[in-house]
Amino acid sequence: MHLVNLLVDGLSLGLVYALISIGFVVIFRGTKTANFAHGSMLVLGTFVIASLHSKLGFGGAVAAGILVSAVFGLLVNRITMVPTRDAGTDVRGIITIGLNVILTAELTRRLGANIMSSGAPWGDATLSAGGLRLPVSRLCALLVSVLIIGGFMLVNRYTMMGLSARATAEDPEIASMVGARLRRVSDSAWILGGVFAAVAGLFLTTYPSAGLVVGTSEIAILAFPAAVIGGLDSVGGAVAGGLLVGLSQSLVSGYHDRLGFLGNGFDTVAPWVLMVVILLWRPHGLFGKRPLYRI
Amino acid sequence: MHTTPWARLSGHRATGAAALTVLAVVLLAAPLVLPDFWQQLILFSGAAAVGAIGLNLLVGVNGQLSLAHGFFLAVGAYGYAYLGPGTGDAGTGSVGLPTPVAALLAVAAAGVAGLLFSPVAARVRGIYLGLASLALIIVCKQVLAGARTLTGGAYGRDIPEFDLLGFHFGDQSPYLYVLGKPFGAFDRLWYLVMVVLVLAYVFMRNVLRSRVGRGLRTIRDSEAAAAAAGVHVQRYKSLAFTLSSVYAGIAGVLLGLLFQHVVPEYFSLTLSVQYLAMIVIGGMGSARGAVAGAFVVTGIPLLLAEYSEHIPFTSTAGDGGLDTGVLSQFVFGALIIVILIAGARRPGPLLRSRRAKSGDPAASAVPTPASGPTERIRA
Repeated sequence: MHLVNLLVDGLSLGLVYALISIGFVVIFRGTKTANFAHGSMLVLGTFVIASLHSKLGFGGAVAAGILVSAVFGLLVNRITMVPTRDAGTDVRGIITIGLNVILTAELTRRLGANIMSSGAPWGDATLSAGGLRLPVSRLCALLVSVLIIGGFMLVNRYTMMGLSARATAEDPEIASMVGARLRRVSDSAWILGGVFAAVAGLFLTTYPSAGLVVGTSEIAILAFPAAVIGGLDSVGGAVAGGLLVGLSQSLVSGYHDRLGFLGNGFDTVAPWVLMVVILLWRPHGLFGKRPLYRI
Repeated sequence: MHTTPWARLSGHRATGAAALTVLAVVLLAAPLVLPDFWQQLILFSGAAAVGAIGLNLLVGVNGQLSLAHGFFLAVGAYGYAYLGPGTGDAGTGSVGLPTPVAALLAVAAAGVAGLLFSPVAARVRGIYLGLASLALIIVCKQVLAGARTLTGGAYGRDIPEFDLLGFHFGDQSPYLYVLGKPFGAFDRLWYLVMVVLVLAYVFMRNVLRSRVGRGLRTIRDSEAAAAAAGVHVQRYKSLAFTLSSVYAGIAGVLLGLLFQHVVPEYFSLTLSVQYLAMIVIGGMGSARGAVAGAFVVTGIPLLLAEYSEHIPFTSTAGDGGLDTGVLSQFVFGALIIVILIAGARRPGPLLRSRRAKSGDPAASAVPTPASGPTERIRA
């Protein structure tokens, strides 16, 4: 039963990571940029939710958080990504590192040592059936993630917008020749990245987590190993990677007493170790596309 | 032939020699005349510059993105502290070797750590490597928090003072006075840091101008072209990783000596990002740029803190206002973004040093990076 509980726990947590890393992967596919500011974007959206829920109510605050995060993504794309579209992946990755420095400094200043609650109506209620325990918050996370991820997959598969995005991910130049509008694709990628980050941030800071703290961005960067494990340009891979990261965390912390030799808090390190091992085996992740080098 | 002002200057041998002499005299006399604040600013910047030169070899010259530089600095600093004589700090262990031996072994340990990570670097490229190197920082944090005998836990540990051939780089034993002023640890370390920085700089310039440097640059521009031209790609890449870790190890030892006490929190991801900021701000791929960037990135927070009462809108740390620490983070972040956007608007790839553009035939032998169709983004 212990194991089943851990698996359920890991999978529900993993779906939240999947949500973050899908945002990361969508941005990577849309603009060939690894968004190192993704963790702080998540904190930004959650911060807005946590500061507004007493005024606007929970629903209004969530809408505001998603809006702020999406607009932020759009601005980042217009201000830093569009002017540098001819530069390499590394250059734009480093630009987002600069962005992360600024955003983290500001959010850390605003948050200080506070623990902010996101005001979720389900609080710390927990369902239990036959020895299986699941917080309602995780159940909501599960439902919302499945809905959002499923909806995104459908849009990506069956609409013109999704087709443009997929074509652009293959080859931007050829995609633009056949009518994909690259700025619109990159705009929508960053907006979606912001939306997913805010939603994931909400579930990352509700029960069993204590709330939004400065350290939340450190949990949020677990989306990086998730995205890398799945392959940076694969949406399905992001889901698989997120689940693997969630599972590895819950299993390591669940069997903590037998893994004591690895030291306290190894559950935050385990996903990174898993990532390095998988990269050694498959250098572009499990489902990532291997680039062809032309001479 | 195209010449830069500096080349013209050093072209005149007499002028060049005179300039070098003046520089040497200024450097020798500086600890006696500089105010403490400026002396410390230059010392910390100089130590950081050694690390930045190493990172620039890896990222700017060889094109391997690494966010793990802070890890190798930690290996240097803690390696020296652990191998050197004990400082009587509660709960910390030490081997008790003489300090020069401890320093050398610590630097070697950093190099070995780099060599051990290089198989990952050999398999993983570009942004995947940047993200993989993040793992080192996370693991480092875990190890530093857990290994109390090595790091002293969250409170950190003292760093033993350095001795070389009977000369003691500390405040005491013996007390020294030069021109009636006490000649303390920072004054003595000044010469150590400057000598190491000059050696590190000269060595890197020679590497960059040699066959190895050309090989490393060619790998950055196109691995396939480099392999076709006879460069042993994997060996060169792990050489770059090892050499850059050695530089980081040296910088770690120097910074440890300057701080006299190190805490694990210092070697966080922020530190690696700062070193990345140094080479971006100073200019990718040039040793001079790394030194300049190190002074900018190290100097900004110190200057802002020193002159905070003259800067409007700032407040003291901790009261929720805009303190100088936060302000300096804003400045770094903005500098990184602005410099890269401005650089990307120039024609040609940015990850190439200005020096290489202005006439190194090896660097311009590969005109366009053949990095595949994915790099040709247009909107």
